[in-house]
Amino acid sequence: MILILAYCAVLLSFASGLLALMMVQRNSLIAFAHYFFQKKLGNNKNCQALIFSSLDEHRFPVLLRQAVFVLLGLSGIFAVLAGLGVLVAKEVIKDQLNLGLPWLPWHVRFDSLSGFFFLIIGIAVSAVSLYGPGYVNGYHENRHPFAVLGLFTGFFVAGMLMVLLADDAFFFMIAWELMSVASYFLVAFQHEHSANRRAAFLYLLMAEVGALAIILGFGVLASFSDGFTFDALREAKLSTTWASIAFVLALLGFGMKAGIVPVHVWLPEAHPVAPSHISALMSGVMLKVALYGLIRFCFDLLVEVRWQWGVVLLLLGTVSALGGILYAMMQTNLKRLLAYSSVENIGIIFMALGLAMIFMANGHPQLAALGFLAALFHAFNHSLFKNLLFLGAGILHHQTHELNIDMMGGLIKKMPQTSILFLVGCMSISSLPLFNGFVSEWLVFQTALQVDVLDNGVLRSLIPVAAAALALTAALGAACFVKVFGLIFLGQPRSRSSEKAHEVTDKGMLAGPAILAALCFFIGIFPGVIISLINSVAGQLLGQTMPNDSALGWLWLAPVSAEQASYSPPLVLVAALIAGCISFWYLRRNPATVMRRAETWDCGFGGLTPRMQYTSSAFTMPFRRIFAKVWMIDEQINKDRYGAMDQEVAAVHYQLHVQDHSWPRLYQPIAQGVDSLARQVGRIQTGNIRTYLGYSFVTLIMMLWVIS
Amino acid sequence: MNWLLAVIQIILFISLAPLLAGWLKWCKCYLQNRKAPSLLQPYRDLLKLTHKQPVVAEQASWIFTISPYIIFSATVLAATVVPLIAVDLPTSASADVIVMVGFFAFARFFLALAGLDIGTAFGGMGSSREMTISSLAEPAMLMAVFTLSIAASTTNLSVAISHVLDQGLVLRPSFAFALFALILVAIAETGRVPVDNPVTHLELTMIHEAMILEYSGRHLALIEWASQLKLMLYGVLIANIFFPWGIARSFAAEALAYGLLAIVCKLALLAVLLALSETLLAKMRLFRVPEYLSFAYLLGLLGLLSHIILEAAR
Repeated sequence: MILILAYCAVLLSFASGLLALMMVQRNSLIAFAHYFFQKKLGNNKNCQALIFSSLDEHRFPVLLRQAVFVLLGLSGIFAVLAGLGVLVAKEVIKDQLNLGLPWLPWHVRFDSLSGFFFLIIGIAVSAVSLYGPGYVNGYHENRHPFAVLGLFTGFFVAGMLMVLLADDAFFFMIAWELMSVASYFLVAFQHEHSANRRAAFLYLLMAEVGALAIILGFGVLASFSDGFTFDALREAKLSTTWASIAFVLALLGFGMKAGIVPVHVWLPEAHPVAPSHISALMSGVMLKVALYGLIRFCFDLLVEVRWQWGVVLLLLGTVSALGGILYAMMQTNLKRLLAYSSVENIGIIFMALGLAMIFMANGHPQLAALGFLAALFHAFNHSLFKNLLFLGAGILHHQTHELNIDMMGGLIKKMPQTSILFLVGCMSISSLPLFNGFVSEWLVFQTALQVDVLDNGVLRSLIPVAAAALALTAALGAACFVKVFGLIFLGQPRSRSSEKAHEVTDKGMLAGPAILAALCFFIGIFPGVIISLINSVAGQLLGQTMPNDSALGWLWLAPVSAEQASYSPPLVLVAALIAGCISFWYLRRNPATVMRRAETWDCGFGGLTPRMQYTSSAFTMPFRRIFAKVWMIDEQINKDRYGAMDQEVAAVHYQLHVQDHSWPRLYQPIAQGVDSLARQVGRIQTGNIRTYLGYSFVTLIMMLWVIS
Repeated sequence: MNWLLAVIQIILFISLAPLLAGWLKWCKCYLQNRKAPSLLQPYRDLLKLTHKQPVVAEQASWIFTISPYIIFSATVLAATVVPLIAVDLPTSASADVIVMVGFFAFARFFLALAGLDIGTAFGGMGSSREMTISSLAEPAMLMAVFTLSIAASTTNLSVAISHVLDQGLVLRPSFAFALFALILVAIAETGRVPVDNPVTHLELTMIHEAMILEYSGRHLALIEWASQLKLMLYGVLIANIFFPWGIARSFAAEALAYGLLAIVCKLALLAVLLALSETLLAKMRLFRVPEYLSFAYLLGLLGLLSHIILEAAR
C-alpha cells in the first residue's frame, strides 16, 4: 500500500512532465477533439463546448500550466504520504520491477531512510507546485517554452524519487543520471546568455565526473560480492584499504553533488541561472538526495564505519561551513549568496555525520544516533528554509527584475507579506531560538560536547575546536542574513525598480512560501514531531535511537539526559510572549506618549539620499579586512579628476571583485593538465591515412596475440 | 513555590540591573575625580524616558518599533537561564547556556536590523560593526563555555555551578584560562572600553550607540535597560560560574538571603574592577578588536586543551 503511494508519486511526476509537452501540441489536440466528437458523442453540446473553450488560444496555456503543476503537487503530496507511512509503520518494503534489461530487473526497497527523504522532497515539491504557476507566467512562451521547463521539472522530480527507491546499483545510477541530466536542461533553460550555458556545462561536467566516481565506488564494492543489488553489496567483505577507497570515491561523487568544498564550484554558478523554483528544488532537495546517497553508501552498504572517515567528514564539513558562509557574505547576487549558504549548511550536516561516524566507530552507538539525528534534522530544516528563501528570491526577481541586493531596499513597505515570509526564512537560517535552524544546530553542539567519552586525545581536542568553528559559522551566518534582510527590505529604495515594486498578486506564489515558513516556525517550537520520525530512521539504520529523556515530558528536548542539557521551545515561547506583552502593555498605556513621526536625523545637512546608506560591500568591509586571506580580492578605486593641476575630483569609481580560491588553485591547473594531455595525444593524430592504417594493423596484431 | 522563586529571581535581575549601572558610573566618577550622580540616577533616567513621547523616523518600518520589545524580551529570557541567587530553579531546565547565547543572538539580530531600517549611514555602520564584533566574540565565548561544560559534562548552567561547588576550591588551569576568556568576551559583548565606549557619540568610534541613534522615549528606555541587563548578566555569569560560593542550594529563606547578599557583593566588586580598567585603558581602534577577540578565543582554546591534557588525561 505504502509502496503504491510511492510509485504514484513517481508516476505523477512523470505524467506532469509529459503533460507539459502538450503545450506545443494544441493544434493536434484540437484536431483530435474534432475527430473524437464526430465519431463518438456528436450530440453532447455542453461537453463539446467545455472542451473547445479550454482549447482556446488564450486559455489553453494557462489551464495546461495549472494542470501540470497540479499533477506535480499531487506527486509531492503522495511522496509526503508515502514517506510518513513508512516512517510510522517502521517497516522495510521490497519489490522488483521487470524494467530495463531482461536479466537485470530493477530492485526497489522502501525503508525509513528513503521515507524520510521522500518526506523532504514531498514537502518541497508541494510548495513549489503552488508557487510555480504564478512564477512561470513571467516567461515569454516563444523564448522560453514551458514544454521544456515542465518536462524536465517532472523528470527531475521523478529521478530524485527513484534514486531513493533504488535497491541495486544499476537502477540507482539510472535514476541518478536522470536527475542530473534533467536538472542540466533546467539550468540551461535560459540559454540565450553565454554565462548560463557555461554554468550549465560546468554543472553537467561535474555531475558526470561525480557519477563516474560513484560508479567506481559501487564497482569496488561489487568486485567483493556477487551481484549489484544492495543486498549483495552489503555482504561484501572488504579490507580496510578497499573500504576506504570505496568511501573516498563515494565521498567524491556524492560530495560533488552535495557541494562540499572544494568541489562546490558548480553550485554558485548553476543555482542563480536556473528559474527560482528550480533552484529551490536543486538547493533544497537535490543536495539532500546526494546526502542520502552518502548515508546509504557509508552507513548501510559499507557496514562497518571507521573513525578516520568521520574525521575526514568532520574536517571537510568544517571547511565547507566556514568557507561557504564567508563566500556567501561577499556576494551581491541574492541567489548566488543563497547557493554559497547551501555549501555552509551542507558543511554543518557533514560535520554532524562525521561526529556520528566517530562515535559509531568508537563504540558509542547512542551518541552516534544523536549525531545522525542532528544531521538528518538539519537536512530537513535546510530543505525548508532554503526552499523558502529561494522562492522568496524568485518573488523579488519577479517583482523588481533585480537580483542584486545593492539595487533593492525599502521593500518591506511595498511587499509586506513577502517580507514577513523572508524574515522567517532569514531567522531560521541564522539559527535563532524559536525557529527550526536553532534546534538542529543545538543538537550538533550537544553531540560535539559529548566528546569526553572518547579515549583518543587528538579527537578530544579536535572536536571542540570544530564546535567552536561551528559557532563562528552560526554567528557569521547571522551577520550575513542581517545584511540580506536589511539591505533588501529595510532602508530606502536604492533603485527605481525597487521603488516601483509592489506585492505579488498571485496567491499561490505567496501560499507556497507561507507553508514553508509556517513549518519552519512549527518545527522550531515542536521539534519532537520530526525527531520521533528521525528516530525510526536511526533505529533501522544504526539499531539505536536517541535517548530522549522522557521524564521531562514531550515539551522538553533532552538529548542525553535532563541533567546534561535540556531545551523547551514551547516554554521559551510562552515566556517570550509574557515578557513582550507585559513590556508592550505597560509602556503604551499612557495615551499622551503616542508615537510621533518625524524626519530622520541627517546631522543638519539636509536631505538623506538612498546613496548614503550602507551597501553590501560596505556592510561586509570589516569582515573583508579581518578574513582577507580567505578570498582573492581585487579592489580598485579610480578618481576622475579635473581642474588645474588635476586637483579636484569629479567622481570616484569603486570596483570590487571577490573570487573563490578554488578556481586558480584547483580547477585551472586541472584544466591546463587536461589540455596539455590532449595536445600530447594529438601528436599521434597525424592526419595521414597511412599512419592510421598502420595503427589499425598494429592493433589487430596485438589483439590476435592476446586472443591466441 | 519553585516557580514563584524563579519569577522573583527574574524580577530581581531586571530591577537590580540599573542599580549596577549606577554603581559602575559612581565608581568611575570617583576614580576620575568627578562628582558622582546618585546611585538611583539610571532608574530616574528610565522613568523619564518612559514618560516621553517617542519620535520615530519617517523611514522606519514596523521592524524599528517592534525591535525594542524583542530585544528586551530576549535579554530577559537570557536572564531566566542564569542562576542569580539559587541553583536548581525550574526555569534553568527550560534552556541551557547555548540557548542563552542564542537569545543574545536573537536580540542582536533585531538590533542590527533596526539600525539598517532607518536608512542612514550611522545605522548601517553600527550594524555592520556590531555583527562583526559579535561574530568574533561568539566562538570565543562558546570556547570558554565548552571548557566548563566538558569539565562538568553538562551545558545546563545550574548543574554546572553545582558541579563546581561540589568540587570545592581546586586550582584548575583550564578554569583560569576560561575565566580570562570570558572576561574579555564580556567586555566586548557589553560594549565597554576598550572595545566600545557607551558614553560617547563620537561618530568614528560608535558601535552600539550608532545603531540606536534614532531611538527615543520608551523605545530607548527598553534598549538601555536591556543593555544594563546584559552587563549584569555577564557579571553574574562570571561571578557564579567561577566563584559560585554563597549561592543558595536550598530554598530556605536564610540561604536565599545569603545568596542575594553574596551576589550583590560579588557584582559590586566586579563593577569596581571594570571601572578601574575603564579608567586606566583607552579605547582601541576598531581593527585591533579582532586581535583582542582572537586572543580571547586562544585563551578559551588553551583552557580546553589544558582540561583535556592536564585534568582529564587518560
